[in-house]
Amino acid sequence: MDKKKIPVSAGRIAVKVDDLTVAYNYKPVLWDIDLEIPEGVLMAIVGPNGAGKSTLIKSILGILKPIAGSVSIYNQPYEKQRSLVAYVPQKGSVDWDFPTTALDVVMMGTYGSLGWIKRPGQKEKKAALEALEKVGMLPFKGRQISQLSGGQQQRIFLARALVQNASIYFMDEPFQGVDATTEIAIINILKELRKAGKTVIVVHHDLQTVPEYFDWVTFLNVKKIATGPVKDIFNDDNLTKTYGINYKVSIQE
Amino acid sequence: MDVTEYIKLVFTDYTLRTITLGTAILGAVCGMLGSFAVLRKQSLLGDAISHAALPGITIAFLITGAKDSNILLLGALLSGLVGTFWIRGIISKTHLKSDTALGLILSLFFGFGMLLLTFIQKQPNANQAGLDKYLFGQAATLVESDVWLMAIVTSICLFVLLLFWKEFKILLFDADYTKTLGFNTKFIDILITTFIVLAIVLGLQTVGVVLMSAMLLAPAAAARQWTNRLGTMVIIAALFGAFSGVFGTAISASQNNLSTGPVIVIVAGFFVLISFIFSPSRGLLFKQIRFIKNRRDLQLHKTLSFMYHIAETHEDITHPHTIKILNNFQGYTKGTLQKLADKHYVTLSDGNWSLTEEGFKTASNLYNQQNDNNE
Ligand SMILES: Nc1ncnc2c1ncn2[C@@H]1O[C@H](COP(=O)(O)OP(=O)(O)OP(=O)(O)O)[C@@H](O)[C@H]1O
Ligand SMILES: [Mg+2]
Repeated sequence: MDKKKIPVSAGRIAVKVDDLTVAYNYKPVLWDIDLEIPEGVLMAIVGPNGAGKSTLIKSILGILKPIAGSVSIYNQPYEKQRSLVAYVPQKGSVDWDFPTTALDVVMMGTYGSLGWIKRPGQKEKKAALEALEKVGMLPFKGRQISQLSGGQQQRIFLARALVQNASIYFMDEPFQGVDATTEIAIINILKELRKAGKTVIVVHHDLQTVPEYFDWVTFLNVKKIATGPVKDIFNDDNLTKTYGINYKVSIQE
Repeated sequence: MDVTEYIKLVFTDYTLRTITLGTAILGAVCGMLGSFAVLRKQSLLGDAISHAALPGITIAFLITGAKDSNILLLGALLSGLVGTFWIRGIISKTHLKSDTALGLILSLFFGFGMLLLTFIQKQPNANQAGLDKYLFGQAATLVESDVWLMAIVTSICLFVLLLFWKEFKILLFDADYTKTLGFNTKFIDILITTFIVLAIVLGLQTVGVVLMSAMLLAPAAAARQWTNRLGTMVIIAALFGAFSGVFGTAISASQNNLSTGPVIVIVAGFFVLISFIFSPSRGLLFKQIRFIKNRRDLQLHKTLSFMYHIAETHEDITHPHTIKILNNFQGYTKGTLQKLADKHYVTLSDGNWSLTEEGFKTASNLYNQQNDNNE
């Protein structure tokens, strides 16, 4: 239903990527990516392992330096618009044995708006507690983060991004290793964000749930294969182009 | 020499007081900064930096011909920094792994430093004697001005640490994320690394190039065992470091001429050992005790839940049942039954048992994870 509410022509462009090329070594892992993401969509980035999905997000966010290309957020360079953007990294990217609590990690989401030196106070703590509540992790607020399950750690990361109160959310595999109930809880939060007019970009692996969860999709495999509304472009043709001829077998597994 | 006498001596004897104070401050600052090195998984970095400082010392001596420790340490600081930034450069510009880069710089600089040191020792210059104290350290050569230098650097370090606490913490935990929040991660990173280099250079005279990294790592590794908060960890590490300095000095002073640096390191190592065994949450001992206790509790709980399922079938949950029906049940022994009675989960009366309200409630919540979440 809400797919119809966002006609492409009417919406503003939230994220615009121009001619982005990224290489770690010699061979580029992303080639000449052009991408326009309209405001207010819930978009999946799909592609096989090693397609460059994480790399794309990291280069958009300035974590990696591309060889060429530019990124703009609402028509301004990304550097000026950082405060509008929140990031949920892949869970495995940090050391979960770090001596800190769940609440503390979520509070880190407020550091950006605090800026240098200033410490978080009551207001920030309240925001963090609310975010924990939203992801259903309030009872675990005092836990050392290594004593959380994988799905719980994932929800902590989500809460940390929610605290940033951004307009655009980039999430790298937020459903990795979570159970069916948590997956639904998370997707409901994402849909709520969309309802509030936010743009949510999610790296997603489960092709079967794409039509159900998302209204926008980008196919990626080193190059951009296609991008657009799920109902128009989520088809065999694009799946085959992205995953190769055998994608049907992998779906059936 | 007994303890009170020694303590009196620490306050009256100039040399002993200087050394004790110096090693305590050194231990504290190393513990503080070592926490960061340990949490960043850069344990080898300290080793590489301290070894990289050696050529700086020798070159400073060759240029000035003087043995003023401040000038030599300035040389050490410079070559330590050069080594550190080469390591960073190698890691970011080539495909070498960080341990390879660290090992490479460590041996290259140390080799070069040793080369210069032997070259200097072959010279007729009488001044050169004692330059090799920087290899293993010689706390006895500390003078009051050295201690002042340590105190000043430590205070600056503490000030910066408190000022940028939030930034340090988030960078240590998640560097990529920190970048997306708009913080200049390079600046924070360089700040931390520079202070680690400073602490190492400060310790060279006392502990020496070879053992310096242990000073940095041991107190921090020990402290990690006792807490799950970064702030507490840094404080405990500083305390462990300071105590290592004080005890190490005391042991070496009372055992006539035991070299101070190695003794301090051994004391720090002792803290590590104690911590790994006796820490309540992560230590080996309590882990084992908890394991045994859990296994015992499990038997108790199994019996309780077995009773619960029997009692459930009755309208009155406290209805008495004969003990005999428990006999076939695996977890049941006379001991477990008695323990359940002691906990007021059941009441016993001539051959019969009956569940209490409390026991019923406990049993029904037994597998409910949410229960113990609010610790
Ligand atoms: N730090 C790195 N150094 C060198 N090559 C890298 C690095 N990180 C990723 N690559 C390579 O870049 C390519 C894209 O990686 P990326 O992590 O973006 O893939 P992905 O689409 O996120 O995969 P996955 O689904 O497994 O998460 C891969 O071929 C990978 O081997
Ligand atoms: Mg990835």
